[in-house]
Amino acid sequence: MNQTELKGMTAGELAVKVFHHEPLFILDVRNESDFMNWKIEGKQIQILNKPYFELLESVDEIIDQIPDETEVLVVCAKEGSSQFVAEQLVEQGKSKVSYLLGGMKAWSEHLEPVKIGDLSDGGSIYQFVRIGKGCLSYMIISEGEAVVVDTLRMTGEFERFAAEHQAVIKHTLDTHLHADHISGGRKLAEDAGAMYWLPPKDADEVVFDFNPLVDGADITVGRTRITIQPLYSPGHTIGSTSLIVDGKYLLSGDILFVASIGRPDLAGKAEDWVGDLRETLYERYKQLPDDLTVLPAHFGSIAELGQDGSVSAKLADLFRNNPGLNMTSETEFRSAVTEKLPPQPNAYQEIRQTNMGKITPDDEEQREMEIGPNRCAVHDK
Amino acid sequence: MEITKVVDTKGMACPMPIVKVKKALDTLESGQVMEVQSTDKGSLNDFQAWVKQTNHELVKHEEEQGVYKFFVRKK
Repeated sequence: MNQTELKGMTAGELAVKVFHHEPLFILDVRNESDFMNWKIEGKQIQILNKPYFELLESVDEIIDQIPDETEVLVVCAKEGSSQFVAEQLVEQGKSKVSYLLGGMKAWSEHLEPVKIGDLSDGGSIYQFVRIGKGCLSYMIISEGEAVVVDTLRMTGEFERFAAEHQAVIKHTLDTHLHADHISGGRKLAEDAGAMYWLPPKDADEVVFDFNPLVDGADITVGRTRITIQPLYSPGHTIGSTSLIVDGKYLLSGDILFVASIGRPDLAGKAEDWVGDLRETLYERYKQLPDDLTVLPAHFGSIAELGQDGSVSAKLADLFRNNPGLNMTSETEFRSAVTEKLPPQPNAYQEIRQTNMGKITPDDEEQREMEIGPNRCAVHDK
Repeated sequence: MEITKVVDTKGMACPMPIVKVKKALDTLESGQVMEVQSTDKGSLNDFQAWVKQTNHELVKHEEEQGVYKFFVRKK
C-alpha cells in the first residue's frame, strides 16, 4: 500500500487542465442518473462512470479500464466516496491517481476569472467562468471602481478579485431574473455598499428594493466614465436587458449565446414571449454595430470556450453561424424555441422564488438547488 | 410493515451510509425490512440506484424534519 501517492486535486487545478486541454481520465463514482444529468467535460477528457457502491468491496471490475500513463481523477458528489475509491486504486498499483477535493459541489462553485480586454480609458473587463455549471459573470474595472454584472452566489470571489485590483464595487446589475442559479447581486451590493440594479419588468413579485435597469439609465464606472448602456431586449424573460459597455462589448445576458439563443419558457410564458425574443434577436440586435463583442451569461458546452477559457464572439460572426439567428421563417423559429426544449434547470422555480426574495433557503439548500447544468439555451441537451 | 432493523447514518458522509447499510443487510433474512435514516439529501438517488442494482426493494422513502428515511426489503 502506498498512501503517499494519493493526492487531492482542487477545482481550480482541474479548471486549468480543462482550459489547457490536458489529457485526463475521470472515474466518476456517482450514481448513473446524477452522472447522466451532469458531468465534467473537456476536449481531452475521457470519462468512466461506475457508482462507488459497486466498488466498496473491490475495484477489480474496473481496474483494467484505468490507464497507467494518463492522469486519473476520481470524482463524486462531495469528496468522501471518490477518496475511498482512489485509495483502492492506489492499493492496486495505480500511481497517477487523485480525487476531486470538494467533489462536484466544489466544481459547480468554482469561478475562474479571465481578462477579456481593455477599455478606452485604461480600465479592463473580466469574465468569471463558472466552468462546472456554464455560468458567466463580468466585472468592469476602471479608475478604482468596479461594476459586477450577473453576479453569482459566491460573492466572496468578486470581493476578493476587486480588492486584488484595488477597486471598490459601486454597482451590481442583473440582466434578468435568473432561473438556473441564485443571484449574488443583491448580497454583493449590500456587503459592498453598492447599488443593485434589476430590470423592473422582471421584478413584479420582487420583495426588496432595487434600482430599475432601463433604457437610458446609464451607469458609469471610473472617473473617465465608461458607459454601460442598458438595452431592453425581452424574450428569455420579459424584462431581459442587454448592456453595451464602452461601445465595444455587448453583454447579452440569456438572450444570445455563442452557440444558441435563450429559451423563453422558464417563467412559464414561452408562447407569449416568442415574438419578443424574435424581435430582439432579428431586429434590435440587427441594428447594433456588428463588430461588438458578444459576452453572454452562459455557455452550453465546453466547445464554446476559447483558447484562454473565455467565452465570446463577434456579433457579425453570430449572425452568420449561430443557428438561433438563422431561422428565416417565423414558424420555424416558433417551433424551435417552444417545442422539444431541453429539461428545465434543476429547482428552477425555487431559484426564481429565491431571486425574488420570496424564500430564503440556507447555504446548503442553495448549493443543492444549483446542482446540474444551467440549461438556459434552446439547443442545450 | 414490520421493521427488523434500524440503521442510523445521520451525519455520515458518503460512502459510510451505504457501507453501514450493506453490513446491516447481511444480518437480515429475505423479506425482512430495514429502515435507514440519513441526513444527506444527495443520498436519495444513491439509495435508489443501489437498491435497484442489488435487486432489493425500496418500499418507500420519506422526509421528516431534515431526516430522510428509506425502507428497504431484502430480496
